[in-house]
Parts: sequence; structure tokens; C-alpha cells
Amino acid sequence: MHKDVFKNYQKNDKSALIPLLQDVQSLYNYLPEEALKDIAEFLGIPLSRVFGVATFYNQFRLTPIGKNVIRVCRGTACHVKNSSNLLFALETALGIKAGETTRDKNFTLETVACIGACSIAPVITVNDEFYGRLSVKDIPKIIKTYTTAQQKAAVEIKAEESAA
Amino acid sequence: MKSYMDKCCSECWHSPANPCDMFIRCCTEGPLCHNSDACKQRLMDLNKKLRYESHDIPIIFIGMGTCGLASGAAKVEQAIRQELEKLNINAQIEPTGCIGYCSKEVIVDIKLPGGERISYCEITPKIVAKFIQKTLVDKQIFTEKLLGTHNKLNTEIIPIHNIPFFKKQQKIVLENCGIISPISIDAYIANGGFKALDKVLRLMKPMEVVKEILSSGLRGRGGAGFPTGKKWELAHNQKADVKYLICNADEGDPGAFMDRSVLESDPFRVVEGMLIAAFAIGASKGYIYCRAEYPLAISRLENTIEQCKNYGLMGDNILNSDFGFDLKIKKGAGAFVCGEETALIGSIEGRRGMPKPRPPFPSISGLYGKPTVINNVETFANITSIVNKGAEWFASIGTSTSKGTKVFALSGKINNTGLVEVPMGMTLEDVVFDVGGGIPNHKQFKAVQIGGPSGGCLPESVIKTPVDYESLKTVGAMMGSGGFVVMDEDTCMVDVAKFFLTFIQNESCGKCVPCREGTKRMLEIIERIPHSYKNTSNKLDQLQRFKGVIHLQRLASVIQDTSLCGLGQSAPNPVLSGLKYFREEYEEHLYERKCSAAVCKELLTFTIDNSICTGCGVCVKKCSVDAIAGEKGHAHYILDDKCIRCGMCFESCRFNAIEVN
Repeated sequence: MHKDVFKNYQKNDKSALIPLLQDVQSLYNYLPEEALKDIAEFLGIPLSRVFGVATFYNQFRLTPIGKNVIRVCRGTACHVKNSSNLLFALETALGIKAGETTRDKNFTLETVACIGACSIAPVITVNDEFYGRLSVKDIPKIIKTYTTAQQKAAVEIKAEESAA
Repeated sequence: MKSYMDKCCSECWHSPANPCDMFIRCCTEGPLCHNSDACKQRLMDLNKKLRYESHDIPIIFIGMGTCGLASGAAKVEQAIRQELEKLNINAQIEPTGCIGYCSKEVIVDIKLPGGERISYCEITPKIVAKFIQKTLVDKQIFTEKLLGTHNKLNTEIIPIHNIPFFKKQQKIVLENCGIISPISIDAYIANGGFKALDKVLRLMKPMEVVKEILSSGLRGRGGAGFPTGKKWELAHNQKADVKYLICNADEGDPGAFMDRSVLESDPFRVVEGMLIAAFAIGASKGYIYCRAEYPLAISRLENTIEQCKNYGLMGDNILNSDFGFDLKIKKGAGAFVCGEETALIGSIEGRRGMPKPRPPFPSISGLYGKPTVINNVETFANITSIVNKGAEWFASIGTSTSKGTKVFALSGKINNTGLVEVPMGMTLEDVVFDVGGGIPNHKQFKAVQIGGPSGGCLPESVIKTPVDYESLKTVGAMMGSGGFVVMDEDTCMVDVAKFFLTFIQNESCGKCVPCREGTKRMLEIIERIPHSYKNTSNKLDQLQRFKGVIHLQRLASVIQDTSLCGLGQSAPNPVLSGLKYFREEYEEHLYERKCSAAVCKELLTFTIDNSICTGCGVCVKKCSVDAIAGEKGHAHYILDDKCIRCGMCFESCRFNAIEVN
């Protein structure tokens, strides 16, 4: 599947490594080992270097992620406005640490250095949705929005299955 | 005519493949190549329309930068559209960027035909119906949420530049932000866009442009403040088959969002600045290295480049000159160190973003070994104004060594958070209390963190320091890219130092030892300071703590002196400025085991005031370690042995029954 992405790039063009990794990641949501090997071969660079780049940059991950990605901003403005408490509340509510994924694969919790929305600190994003000016009290509601959506979808799928 | 690319008549032949050198002037003053009153009228009508001067239907401007969107601008837009449909009103909705007053988002401007443009703030979907009724149907002022007027027609309404937030600002870079559409090249041209490029290509030689920038005194806005003209001169004098120009939009400083806002709100200005720079140094290829965390900025840039190509303002033979320029976007992949020039070059080349020793400077040997100039977004955004209004005008603003204005991102414990542009030389006090509106909730000002992880925390005693490169350095901070985080009495300076060191430690690329190992050791020392005695039963650990603190200052100066790049060299600054100005706070943590700001959790004790506690049980549910006991309906108490001091009970209590000591 990821070989389709290669079409947009020139073979052996070493500068294409990072964009190529970005494209493959947006395809799978992570970088599978097979894809890294293929990229190394396609660009004519050693696998060790591909691995080096993939682990150097924060954007790339080598393990699959959950359906909803929650990112807690840990920038200065958010820190001053107690984002560490938000992170702790999320960690306790989801039962995972930052960087991990829940067992039902519904949530991945991450921290980011700064989202650049400091004026509405503290901020978290869920997928691409921004939530600003938060307090710990808002956390359960936000998590609920995404768990119920998931449960609803599951119920619908079941209903469809039973109808079929 | 709907856009400038629609020909006024068959006389006009401008196209990207066959460009006309008079195109830009023709748009606003034309037609120039032939005499026709009908064509003149057509162009004038188009100009008026694009400048929102004459229109038949109301225009509704909605601030839709990331901050606006995060405050719900998209929902407001949807509500307005529904309301318009319901009332059967025909109006034009114009999404704009951010005007800078982020704490008042969502900001919506209304301009009725023939009327003035009036700004309203804090619009929510709930009040949209009332708002539309009052402004568009009754054609009156919606006074509850009034911000000000952009024109000076009506004396009853306060002009927007007279309200305290805007009054002391001087907008050069942010001139168009939040005012014109950031997605339309026509709007940009109608408001004076590409005039500078036109002037440079027609009337100036590359070296004259370099000289103009040199004499303007413009310095790099990315942080270090290297004179932009000198960088250009160095690259201009190099002989090479190809030269590169890079725009550094890898805004990694936590607490800074100037570049994002400029790219989202006025991307054409940045690209025009780049075109001028490329002409001056003789570059034919360029890159914008933008953070992947800024999806909106990237899509606006893609749109900008696309439109420039369609208008013949990018590619070969721009405006029928022999100057050609090709611009590409490179997405960053989340590494703070890539803001450093040589690391950024490495990243574009497809390697790990690790800095290289300088010299050779990138202006001599940069991307793929070719002469390369790298400037910050804000630097490029200044270029057009300098070319249009002259170096002398620019040099007249600011102080003797720092010219022009600086954009700051105000955030933290301050009333008016947002983006401000102030002339160099204004004092920090004016920025915090006049522009920023002071500290919320009547709290006491404690410090302002300026310059991000490389800068320092400045207390009240130096608040009269003027904002310029040299003055900030003397007091132990630096200009940085423009993060401006205000802290009040509830902020612990030891915690802030720990925060920055954690950040630096995570972002250190690992190439040189002082930065990689030194910052780790520093972090360990700082982490030990608020360590609880309870967990340090062995005396060795306590001894280590005191020993560490004694060596902290020396370690910091070694890291400063021996690190390879700016990241390491400036990494100890937050700690050093903390030790300089807030020494008593460090000592209080060490000797008295106390954190006055109640932030360092290990030093806190949580107790429940049993005269207030109603026994509702909310805190019991919140506590993740079962450290709260008590019967329902009766006052609870906290088991200190079990308590991990997470503070969740404190945050969740509705009766403020939990005390922190």
C-alpha cells in the first residue's frame, strides 16, 4: 500500500526522506517496520539512517496509535496555567501515562511542546479539535464525548449486523 | 471583472507564461498601456470592492486564525450562515486572520453598505441571532459586545486603535492581519501588496536592495538579532551556480505563536518579502520550513504559492524581468533544535536535525553546500514596508541599536492575551500593564519570561527595561523570537526552571556533550531541590542536593561556554536568571522546605477543613490512591501517608474545603 506514495518522489532522492516518512505515517498513523525497509531501499540509504531519522523527530512513531489522539500542550503559558494537572487528570481518567494507548485502542495520550495557541491556555487537542481555557473539571466531559461517539458507532455496527 | 487576472479588455495580455512588467501598477493605477475610460472604471470598481470601500450587501468579517477557531469561530460562522438564511439576508462572509486580541475572540466585524467597519468581540453561537438582528436588520450598534470602529466616520464609537490594547502598538508586520482576507491575492494587491516587489524589480539593482536593508538597521527577528543586511551582503557576494533562500517558520519556542499568526493572517507579505530577498542575494530556489503542528499555516502557504504562480509572481521571468524564483514548503517533523540554522539545513537535506560547527556560515556554504540565507518569518514580513517606505523611515523607529518594531505573543497570567507589535524601546512595564492590561484577579506581578527556553525570567525590579536586543541581554534575558509569558504570585520559579530544563533536555539533539549531559545533570540538581525529606531517608541524597546546588552555577557557565549551538549555549539562562533574581525562593525551598506559590507538590500538605466539608464524596472519587476517608455526609479527612499530592481533590472540591500548606 505504501508503495503508492513513492510515486510522488524520485528514486534515490535523499532529501525526500522526511516528507516520505510523513506521508507513510499519515497513511498508517505510524511507521511499520516493512515500510521503513522499503523506504530505505527506494531512497538508497541504509536502514539505520532511516531509523535514526524516524526516531530523532517527535512526529514519527513506530507503534500504532488509538482512534482518538489527545495532545496536552506543555508550553510555558499552559504550564503556568497548570496544564500538568490536566495531564494528571487525563492520565488517571484513562488509566495510561503520556505516550501510551488505552487497551481498547480508543485513546492515545501525548504531550506536545507547544501548540501555539498560548492565548487560550491551557489547551488540549483531541484529533484536530482544540479545547482551550480548560480546568480539570472539564476533562470527564471531553473524554465522554469521544467514548460515547465510539460506543454509539459500535452499537450501530451491531444493529446493522443483526439487521443483515 | 472579478479578479485582476480577468483582463480589462483585449489590450491586456499579462499571463504567467508571458508576463507584463506593468502588471502590479496596472492593477491599482491602470490601465497603463492603453487609454480607456471604461477600463479605468472597471479597475477602479474592482479596487474599491477589494478594499471593501463600495459594496451593495453587508460584509461580515470573522477572525478565523487558529486562536479564533479554537474559541469557536467555525461554530459562529455556521450560526451566522443559518441566521442569514432564516432571515433571508444576502451578505458576504469574509474569513480573515487574527487581529491579535486573542482573549476577545471570536471577533466579528460588520460593515454595512456605505457604513463603517465595526468590530465586535466575544461573539458566541448563542448570541448570534440577537447580534444579527441588531446589526443587520435594525442596522444599529450591538453595544454589549462592541469593540470599536475601524474608520473615523462616527464620533460616537471609539476608534479601535484608541482602546488600550491597540493604543501603544505600532503595526508594521501585523498591518494587514485580521483586516484583509489572507486567502485572496487580489485583496493583498488592492491593499498595496507586491508594490515593493514591483519597485525592486523595475528600479533597483540587487546590491541597492541589500544596501537599503543594511541602512534600515533591520536585525533578525528569530532571536539572535544578527543584522539581516549583513547576512544578505555575504550571500550576495558569493559566486555560485545556485543560491538558496530559506524562511525559518519552525517556531518551536513554547509560548510563542507570532509566526503562526503572521502566516495564517498575512502569508502574501512573507512571500513577497522572500521574493525581494531572493532577488537581492540572487537566489533561485527557496524553502519555507514550517512546523507540521501548524496545519492551517501550511495550507494558507500552499494557497499563497499557488496563487502567486497563477498571477505570474513566482516561477521564471517574474514581471518580465530576468529574475525567477521557485518556492517550496518543507514540513518540520517536531524537533525544537531545527530552529537552529545548520540543523534546519540538515533537516531539509533529509538528515537528523543536528547543528554543525560554524564557520562556515550558511551564507557561504549552506544547503547542499551552496550559499544560503535563512531568515525568520517576521524578518521577511518587515521587508516590504522597508522597501515601500524607505530605510530612513524604518530606522527612525526604535532605539539606536534596535530598529523597527517587535511582535510579542502575550500569554500566561495577563488580561489581554494575544499578539502585539510594539516599537523597540518600549519598556516591559508598558507592554505588561498598558498593552497587556495587567494581571487578572488582582494578583501580584512576579515575573515575565521573555525569549522562551533561551531567555530568562525578569522580575519587577527590572521591569523598566526597554525592549531591545542589548538591554534585554544586560538584564539576563534575550529577545528570542517573541514569547512573552507573564507570571503572577502563584508561579514558582524553581518549578519554571525545572520546566525549561525538562524541555531542553527533551529537545537536546545529543550531538555535543555539554548540552546532552550537562543539562541532564542540571535538571537532576533542580529536581532534587523540592524533593521531600520523606523520600530522602538516606543522608547521601541530602548531601547530593546541597553539593549540586553549590555546583549549579559553575555547571551552567561551562554549558554556556562549550556548547555547539545556540540551544545549549542559552540553555542555562532560565536557571541563571532565576538564581539572580529569585535566589530567596530557591533558598526557601532548600532550607525551609517551603514553596510559597504552592506549586512544588512534594513540599505541600493537603488538609480538609472539617467545618466547611459537607462530605459530598466528590474528592473521594477523584483520589486515585484512596487517600481520602470519611463517611458520606460527614467531613472527610486526608491520609497524609497515602497522599501523592496530585491536587485533584483541591481542584474538584466545590466548597473550597481543601487547604494547601
